[in-house]
Amino acid sequence: MSGIFSGGAWAKVWLYRDTFIKGFLNTILVSAAAVLLSLAIGIILGLMATSGKKLFKGISRVYVEIIQNTPLLLQICFLYYAMAFSGHSMGIIPAGMISVGIYHGAYMAEVVRAGISSIPKGQAEAAAASGFGYLGKMFYIILPQSIKIILPPMVNQVVNVIKNTSCLYIIGGADLISLTYSFVTGANTGGAYAPAYLISGLLFFIICFPLSKVAGIWEARLKLRDRR
Amino acid sequence: MIKLEQVNKYYGELHVLKDVNLEVKEGEKLVIIGPSGSGKSTTVRCMNFLEEPTSGNVYINGEKLTNRNKTKLIRDNLSMVFQQFNLYPHMSVLKNLTLAPMKLQHKTKKEAEKLAYHYLEVVGLSDKAHVYPTTLSGGQQQRIAIARALCAQSRIILFDEPTSALDPETIQEVLDVMIKLAKENITMVVVTHEMGFARQVADRIVFMADGQIIEEGTPEHFFENPENERVKQFLGKIIR
Ligand SMILES: Nc1ncnc2c1ncn2[C@@H]1O[C@H](COP(=O)(O)OP(=O)(O)OP(=O)(O)O)[C@@H](O)[C@H]1O
Ligand SMILES: [Mg+2]
Repeated sequence: MSGIFSGGAWAKVWLYRDTFIKGFLNTILVSAAAVLLSLAIGIILGLMATSGKKLFKGISRVYVEIIQNTPLLLQICFLYYAMAFSGHSMGIIPAGMISVGIYHGAYMAEVVRAGISSIPKGQAEAAAASGFGYLGKMFYIILPQSIKIILPPMVNQVVNVIKNTSCLYIIGGADLISLTYSFVTGANTGGAYAPAYLISGLLFFIICFPLSKVAGIWEARLKLRDRR
Repeated sequence: MIKLEQVNKYYGELHVLKDVNLEVKEGEKLVIIGPSGSGKSTTVRCMNFLEEPTSGNVYINGEKLTNRNKTKLIRDNLSMVFQQFNLYPHMSVLKNLTLAPMKLQHKTKKEAEKLAYHYLEVVGLSDKAHVYPTTLSGGQQQRIAIARALCAQSRIILFDEPTSALDPETIQEVLDVMIKLAKENITMVVVTHEMGFARQVADRIVFMADGQIIEEGTPEHFFENPENERVKQFLGKIIR
């Protein structure tokens, strides 16, 4: 039907540009909420994992293992349909925010854990031997040193969150990928596959690429600094 | 000042401290010596609960040290100098010195800095206030670590092999600072292999082997007529 070079297909995409804008905004909205949730989960579980308390470590470990070793698609379906069938139906967008947030929370937790563990034990001991409690030790001594190690992989996780909003498709989501798909398969709008997916891809790229670049440059700088 | 009462420490199956009883008096300079793995570090680290004894009690100033009161008791009474210095690399020397006084003792920045400059002078590094620790030599870092301990103005300072990670040529500059400190009324507990230092400043020396204190006494006693065969062997090897 209509290839990349069909002017008609591009015109159709332009005519329905609101669909893409709406999908794009929904993707941003879901991503933003999911990032906040995953950060909260990641920081709490990451701190628990490095607390030295067996119970906390255990809880954090179990969460991370379960979430990392089951597909995000399954988690989304579980949350959305299980809730719907138990009579607590939630909207697609909230379901997306929560499930993507929970999923990436596990990865954020690992990033935080790794960052904190990379600080030599002597630092925590020096803090404790000066009479700092847990909060003071973390706030003044451990976190300021680990933040540089944590931030680059954290930004990479943000990129993954944005891309993974596409999983909302499975519950009939309103994100960019889902709306693009409805557009190309719609009775009135269908057919403009190539332009539609190119535009959709481009929209993802213009957000994700700068973020990845920032993370990459950051990481390179860190390595350089460590070599000195 | 510090009292260990029937202290036992296990790491899993490994019995590292066996019924250790030890009392350190106010102002006393106690030196702990002994072979590697005998439990010297563990003993000192039990005094500020960096290691929690498996059984037995630790008293600071007559108060029993617990997980609940440890931050307060440490804050008010104890500082520590480590083998690996453990300065905070993300802070300038001055910040390293003022952090605890400002955040824990609620001194103003001005008071804390005055104190910091005073102790920088004591350790002979007044010109290093604004550099970062990693730019300093090992000996200088350790002197800064001592200044940091002094800034807390604790009455007790624990030293765990403060010169063992240093190049031979910088050991003496650190020992000189410690000898200077020993003239003050600070209680010092020092784990060291520096026998010259022990002889010069110790009021009392304890010798540990296999998690037990097997001999204790004055430096004269130790270096002139130790009783225990293992002590004789050890000193023979070290002094030659
Ligand atoms: N965190 C730990 N886990 C398991 N074993 C430990 C731990 N810390 C120390 N040990 C063991 O406890 C014993 C006593 O250790 P400690 O560090 O107190 O000895 P030390 O007298 O200070 O020796 P050194 O002169 O080598 O510093 C050693 O056998 C050591 O291997
Ligand atoms: Mg030791």
